[in-house]
Amino acid sequence: MLDTAMLDATILGAVLASIVAAATTLLLASLGELVAERAGTLNLGVEGMMIVGAAVGYATAYSSGSLLLGTLAAVLAGAMLSLVFAVLAIWLATNQVASGLATTILGLGLAGLIGSSFVGTRVDAAPALAIPGLTDLPVIGPALFGQDAFVYASILLLIAVTWGLARTRAGLVLRAVGENHAAAHALGHPVRRIRTLAVMFGGACAGLAGAHLSLAYTPFWASDMTAGRGWIALALVVFSAWRPLWLLGGAYLFGAVSILQLHVQGFGLGIPAQLLSSLPYLATIAALVVISALKRGQGAPASLGVPFVPDR
Amino acid sequence: MAADGETASPVAVLEAVALTKRFGALVANDHVSLSIRAGETHALLGENGAGKSTLVKMLCGLLQPDSGELLYDGAPILFPDPASARAKGIGVVFQHFALFDAMTVVENVALGLPGHEPLATLAGRIDDCVSRYGLAVEPFRRVGDLSVGERQRVEIVRCLLGDPRVLILDEPTSVLTPDESESLFRTVDLLTGEGRAVLFISHKLDEVRRLCHRATVLRGGKFIAEVDPRQESSAGLARLMVGAEVPRPPRLIRHELGEPRLLLRHLNVAGDGSRGSALHDIDLEIRAGEIVGIAGVAGNGQTALFEALSGEKLVDDPESIVIDKMPAGGLGPTERRALRAGFVPEERLGHAAAPDMTLSDNVLLTTHGDGAIVKYDVIRHSILKSFFRRIVKGFDVRFGGKDPKARRLSGGNLQKFVIGREVLRDPVLIVVDQPTWGVDAAAAAFIRTTLREKAAEGCAVLVISQDLDELLEFADRIAVMSEGRLTTPVPVAETSREAIGLAMGGAQTNGAHHAPAGEGSHAA
Repeated sequence: MLDTAMLDATILGAVLASIVAAATTLLLASLGELVAERAGTLNLGVEGMMIVGAAVGYATAYSSGSLLLGTLAAVLAGAMLSLVFAVLAIWLATNQVASGLATTILGLGLAGLIGSSFVGTRVDAAPALAIPGLTDLPVIGPALFGQDAFVYASILLLIAVTWGLARTRAGLVLRAVGENHAAAHALGHPVRRIRTLAVMFGGACAGLAGAHLSLAYTPFWASDMTAGRGWIALALVVFSAWRPLWLLGGAYLFGAVSILQLHVQGFGLGIPAQLLSSLPYLATIAALVVISALKRGQGAPASLGVPFVPDR
Repeated sequence: MAADGETASPVAVLEAVALTKRFGALVANDHVSLSIRAGETHALLGENGAGKSTLVKMLCGLLQPDSGELLYDGAPILFPDPASARAKGIGVVFQHFALFDAMTVVENVALGLPGHEPLATLAGRIDDCVSRYGLAVEPFRRVGDLSVGERQRVEIVRCLLGDPRVLILDEPTSVLTPDESESLFRTVDLLTGEGRAVLFISHKLDEVRRLCHRATVLRGGKFIAEVDPRQESSAGLARLMVGAEVPRPPRLIRHELGEPRLLLRHLNVAGDGSRGSALHDIDLEIRAGEIVGIAGVAGNGQTALFEALSGEKLVDDPESIVIDKMPAGGLGPTERRALRAGFVPEERLGHAAAPDMTLSDNVLLTTHGDGAIVKYDVIRHSILKSFFRRIVKGFDVRFGGKDPKARRLSGGNLQKFVIGREVLRDPVLIVVDQPTWGVDAAAAAFIRTTLREKAAEGCAVLVISQDLDELLEFADRIAVMSEGRLTTPVPVAETSREAIGLAMGGAQTNGAHHAPAGEGSHAA
């Protein structure tokens, strides 16, 4: 009896831990996109930046043997690809939707090229970092406090973004640029420079999310390993009504349902696998639609997606 | 109220010398000069399209001149961007406010100031500024919830906290009640008394003559004259602005009124959650042959009233709107047009006309249901073209090319076009929202005369306007809209500016002047 209970607890802990891991990728990528969008730029290139981050991060870590170096390279690669997008969409005022889609396609191609010689290799996954005291708690200990550095980073990033947007002058200016870029410009704020930095922050976060995939979650390289997570991250930003804390809820809900449906499939209940696979998407959409319906008319930055061209 | 007799310091704080700015073939400013001295209120006068906005944008770093130079305290200076002008103490209150609706007053103010001042101390400074200059604003309210007058005060406070040497006010009174304008003038006098310079942009000549020490007049992008407005008559200033005598529309002294064409009985419209858009129990009767004006400050329900009348929003009780004896509250815009009603909304581009469609296609937007131009779902181009030509000829619509996109027309010409489009449909009822907003004086006079003539022919005309002078000039009866309620229309001869101004202030005038305390209860 005692043994079964212990076993159950272990399984539960493992399930919880995998939920946290699945949610972390989404949280990292969507936080970055949220910052870019709050400044007024819609970057549909998240998927592309994420997979380039995964490829560059893996290649660097495999070649150098350093996970830290790999992660830094992934962040840099994501930021660089987002800079390409920023030059097009912000400085040349091209259509943001088309430029973002192009960025994703470019990213997928680049990542395939970079990763082609690493197919079939493996690196050691990022180690779990124990927090003395907390990690030893039953069930939730290993799930929440026995995680790798990416998980802790995502939570710290969430706190930083939430606080930074609401409480700092830089956050205030960033929100102002996204709300009314003409007014911000008239008040002397460098609209395009601020948007570029916000987009690059988004790119860096997407790169970090990619590194989490290829260096921790599934520590190998596969050309389609992002599997649409970039698009989910984009959707989460919209459904969270551009509020970081709701992003946390959305990411963990999606992570939870996507892991649990795997386990349900394992039990063989006779529910079609396709239906189960679509559950995370349905559940996330349903939950977030309900939430945003409760707070109508708020959220979208008023200048989102509109290119800014100053008079000359 | 103006600080009469004071001799302004002769040294110009800011001087524009022969500024020229071209946009393609258009010369928006052609060697325009202007000097603003410390301690003076300087008026910049001109019609729409005279180049006032272009000049202001060059003064505050939003635009770069093609030639000419700016002098600051007598020395040449460049303002490559708004921040550099701001750093030299040039503050601007724009006509279309540069505010962020989703943010609080104190956040909006912080965005206009350099440095990292905590919001709590900034709120304290706002309160100081409010009590010193009589500008009632509350630091922690959301700007999107404020009235237009309050929003303007937020802009002014934001400028003042930057301690400006020159404060530029772009058409500041166009959105204010007479009472609010008075309190703005008091603030301006306080500011010039402190040695600041104020550039006051307006086309309201009486205000300029009362308030300003000097006036620079622009016309067609060129410098026309610099005069002392206190020594000029309004007619003299108007001549300088327009370059010709401005015709006044004839007022018909006596004419027979016919059948009621528009009847509103207990018209109620629920608010949509945002501020001030609900209508409460509106009663109104307009008979054939008369012009009824609705005065009021923007945001008091005029938009909701127009939408309810035009059929863009249907009302619950169809009987509450009767057009020419037919209950119309449940009819859509096309069905109401079929009852021979015509509607001209406030916003020309995007509401009255589709900006990127040609003018002749824009004709179709309101005439497609009339049975002549479109028959059996086929557009009959020859009839469309001849109708289009009648509008252009009859209403003196001027434009380049044969059939340009609507957005290519100047405001005055497009307004003449959309008015002509309705008038030539031969309506029995015309509802016009802001008929002459942002339209030059000559076109405005033409539009008023046209509506006057239409009324004389037996049409009922409803004019919603924030320009009280306009309504006093050509309406027969005036009602006032305040917080979604409409007063009983009074014949123009039996009322006064003061009485209407008081009614425009609505409930607020019962208590302290601008104490916003009363508004909290309405928002709740």
